[in-house]
Amino acid sequence: MRQHKLALCKDHYLEWVPEQVERFIKKYEMFTREEKILVAVSGGKDSLALWDILTRLGYQADGMYIGLGIDGGIGYSDESHRLTEEFARKHNLKLHVVDMAQEYGLPIPVLAEVSHRGKGKPCAVCGLAKRHEMNRIARDLGYDVLVTGHNLDDEAAVLFGNTLIWEGEYLLRQGPVLPARDGLARKVKPLCRFYEREMAAYSIARGIEYIYEECPFAEGSQSIYYKELLNQLETARPGAKLTFYLRFLEARKNGNLFVEKSAAAAHLHACPKCGQPTSTDDFCSFCRLIEKTTVSAGGLPGERGN
Amino acid sequence: MAKLILRNKEFEVKAGMTLLAALKKVNLIPESVIATRAGEMVLEDEILKDGDVIKLIAVISGG
Repeated sequence: MRQHKLALCKDHYLEWVPEQVERFIKKYEMFTREEKILVAVSGGKDSLALWDILTRLGYQADGMYIGLGIDGGIGYSDESHRLTEEFARKHNLKLHVVDMAQEYGLPIPVLAEVSHRGKGKPCAVCGLAKRHEMNRIARDLGYDVLVTGHNLDDEAAVLFGNTLIWEGEYLLRQGPVLPARDGLARKVKPLCRFYEREMAAYSIARGIEYIYEECPFAEGSQSIYYKELLNQLETARPGAKLTFYLRFLEARKNGNLFVEKSAAAAHLHACPKCGQPTSTDDFCSFCRLIEKTTVSAGGLPGERGN
Repeated sequence: MAKLILRNKEFEVKAGMTLLAALKKVNLIPESVIATRAGEMVLEDEILKDGDVIKLIAVISGG
């Protein structure tokens, strides 16, 4: 893990991940051991790893799987459902299953086609349906919190996309915790500081069987494109994705995301040495730089001893 | 030679280079995959040996 300058053996890695998850749950005040937790499980590496970790940490975490009815020639939904059921059975965990076709008459790809939403791709309809159903089940069954397996790459890709077009409202809403409001359950993301690669490594090391195949509709999607761009950056500059996301959270928390008002209000005065405007209390940054270099070099050229 | 396999694609690289160098050589983004040999994870600084068969698992998901 070059971003942490840390290398662990398998056993220590499998201890380190839950410890960090626990730390983030507490740091962002996500939930307590007394609360009822609903984990959205897709059969993928992140959500199954999350369910595994929460269970290992002793939280009361039930699962929820949404059957989307996506086949793509590989039986994608059937296989992800099978793996999720298998995980729940193996660990003796409670799993709620919602099948979109049974519940609403149409699987997601058909729902997208007949509703003409999403420019030929069902991803927008899929996202909408998942958000709706996750909230419905959490609320109807009395869960205190809805937990999703979004990792840092997911969050950084969303942040990157929203930053590219300066979606101010979305930027101000993004975070590890979305508080409950107006009929919406509290939503939290305990894996938001883990790289996607770290979660894959955890699942493999833990022997979790997850669906390796990507959703057939995800190919060529914008979020995957952004993730690839960010991974190129990460390869060249280890830690770039983590810094991008953490600095964003820090700026959002401190109210520094959009600082136009405070920037305009910043007081400028004349530097006592050169007279140019500066916001610092004393000499301007340039004069301080010259002063510092002059001291270390033993005076200005004309002032040096002969 | 060592072989890298990602889904239905195969890449051959010279033995003696690190996994990281091999991934870059075949234009794969190291951050986007996890490498395994006989089910065990392979680290980026490991030197590939002649006859190695490395299975690469794509880690990017989403839509």
